[in-house]
Amino acid sequence: MAAQPSIRSSAPWRVLDGFGISARSASRYLQPQSVDELAEIIRRAASEDLKLTFRGSGRSYGDAALNTGQLVVDNRGLSRVLSFDRERGTIELEPGATIETMWRTGVPAGFWPHVVPGTMYPTMGGCVAMNIHGKNCFKAGPYGDHVQELDLITASGERKTLSREREPELFRAVIAGMGLLGAVTRVKLGMKKIESGRVKVRPITTPNLNAMFDCFVERMPQSDYLVGWIDCFAGGSGLGRGLVHQANYMSAAEDPAGRALLDNDKQVLPPSIMGVPRSILWRIMKLMTNDPGMKLVNAVKYVLPETFDSSGTFTNTHVAFAFLLDSVPNWRNAYGDSGFIQYQMFVPDSTARAAMAEALEHCRKKGVVSYLGVFKRHKPDEFLLSHGLDGWSLALDFAVTPGNAKDLFAVTRDLTRIVLDAGGVFYPAKDAVVNADDFARAYGDRLTRFLEIKHRLDPQGLFQNDQARRLGLV
Amino acid sequence: MSAPAGTTAVRTQSPSPSKFERAIVVGASSGMGAEIAKQVAAEGAVVALVGRRKPELEAVASAIRAAGGKAIVAAHDVTAYEDVPRVFEALSREMGGLDLLVYSSGAQYNPEESVYDFAQDREMIEVNVIGAIAWTQMAAAAFEAQRGGTIVGISSIAGERGRRTMPGYTTSKAAMSTWMEALRNRISRYGVNVVTIKPGFVDTAKTAHLAKKPMVISPATAATLILKAAHKGGSPSVFVPGQWGLVALIIRHIPSFLFRKLNL
Repeated sequence: MAAQPSIRSSAPWRVLDGFGISARSASRYLQPQSVDELAEIIRRAASEDLKLTFRGSGRSYGDAALNTGQLVVDNRGLSRVLSFDRERGTIELEPGATIETMWRTGVPAGFWPHVVPGTMYPTMGGCVAMNIHGKNCFKAGPYGDHVQELDLITASGERKTLSREREPELFRAVIAGMGLLGAVTRVKLGMKKIESGRVKVRPITTPNLNAMFDCFVERMPQSDYLVGWIDCFAGGSGLGRGLVHQANYMSAAEDPAGRALLDNDKQVLPPSIMGVPRSILWRIMKLMTNDPGMKLVNAVKYVLPETFDSSGTFTNTHVAFAFLLDSVPNWRNAYGDSGFIQYQMFVPDSTARAAMAEALEHCRKKGVVSYLGVFKRHKPDEFLLSHGLDGWSLALDFAVTPGNAKDLFAVTRDLTRIVLDAGGVFYPAKDAVVNADDFARAYGDRLTRFLEIKHRLDPQGLFQNDQARRLGLV
Repeated sequence: MSAPAGTTAVRTQSPSPSKFERAIVVGASSGMGAEIAKQVAAEGAVVALVGRRKPELEAVASAIRAAGGKAIVAAHDVTAYEDVPRVFEALSREMGGLDLLVYSSGAQYNPEESVYDFAQDREMIEVNVIGAIAWTQMAAAAFEAQRGGTIVGISSIAGERGRRTMPGYTTSKAAMSTWMEALRNRISRYGVNVVTIKPGFVDTAKTAHLAKKPMVISPATAATLILKAAHKGGSPSVFVPGQWGLVALIIRHIPSFLFRKLNL
């Protein structure tokens, strides 16, 4: 039998992008269909000195799942639910299984994931790598807080099972470790018991940034979810004005009818929005995705009252509330071929008000205004390179256009200065612009400790990607 | 290929066909390939010369350097397909990127009457078709990602019809032209300029044995016309020189029952 051709010479090539479209590269691309096949790819890549990174649904906004000229391993073929305990809500999944797989498994038994992002498509591998968070991070913490155990294949091919008891240091480095320490092949985590298939949502208009902070501070103790939408075009006394959505789980006593909604067929996204079918909504949005269009959209959103009853609330299914981004399929295409970047700053509580006001004002002054601002409260966690902190985050979506790159990246450099001066950090799932020096300044000793583990476990630097090289993580 | 330069993940510039800065010419040791390499180097591009014969490549490189240009050399047989990614990546890395790939390698055998030579037919398919696919799709992936770049494939007017005097060659050039057309349809929407060149008679070693060479041009003239078409952008398919376009139009429309009586 002829020798097996090398991956280097025979693997197919694929052009991949980050979710923001603006980062894009060509690389070798393989899709294993089993854990053994994945292990074999890791072994061969190491022997050929190919650099390897993992990819799931491609929901990271920047270059976290790109590996220019090297090898990207798409783990979506490994998507099984390995076990589900219908009493306790404990679930074990392969790395390519998605948040959608998870809730569809849990809902009929009355369980919802503790933590979901704004889209149901990220995979477990990606959620572990980035230690993702949701609109309840002030309360439920990040995804990693609910992981009980995971399996890892290291660069040397060794298979390990990690938990808070077994190799806790490595467990805390792999979660939020950006996939740089090995391939996660199994994740075991808990889910939350729910008694109703819907949540009660209360929209609250906030006239400026301070009011939004105050609203969160006041409502956090009695909220399960809190998220703020900021109109970044508004200035002066209205700087940071927006809308807060508070949501709460409902007990069987409060919402007896909600039990019937613990049914996957009832957990659906709205089929159309204002009469426009979801599948073509992004084309309508594309017409609006420019400075005047988005200024108008933000103003209308701020002024327009939402429909609710006399108590000031309305109900939403879990799916409709949680996965707002999925309500408009392909919404990213509204930004066109040059795409966009999302700049998300995480700032400690003590400096957040001033830093975020400065950031919003600076963007306005420079004429580089985010089309969407999303505001959340966070809490610290145990994971080595986690973005979680006792503070606040503000996510800003900036269109990239052929003409604005120079101004945009000058502004993001300024924002990075503001974040670092305020003692803040960045989030690799979103990042496309931070450089190695600034990342090192943000993470300090934690980065040093991470790199010690990385160099011990992966001395030849097998696991790396474009972002890891940019951020100095190899 | 290396990660995009700069401190962000976002590439902010795409190459334009109006000026080539880094080029690979496959099949650069002689004929049109050598002339294209010299002329694109004279325009200021760094040129990587790829071909089987190292001494000939070095001679072309020396001529380029003597004229003040920059050239690097890689000995490579285009039928060693498994080496293509490695050679392509090494040259791209050395030049700091790529914005022009020219595939000029070609094999041609015209069998005598009543001769059926599989080895020669196979070599033409391997060099003119499979080698072209291996090289141009490496460039296609890189260029799609960078939203710009130019791919030039030297096919032939011979690919317009299956001809009794050169079955293997016409088959290979038809396949190459179709591949180039497919590539153009696949990636021109990403700003990639895919150029198919269909020369008539060019005065090279390949055509030395031919008694009649109507409208023959020198390799240097051909190279000038080819680069002009490449610079113009718009993913053209062009005959070189242009008069062959009319000939091709006529040839394509000769009915089969007549075409088989001709000694073309």
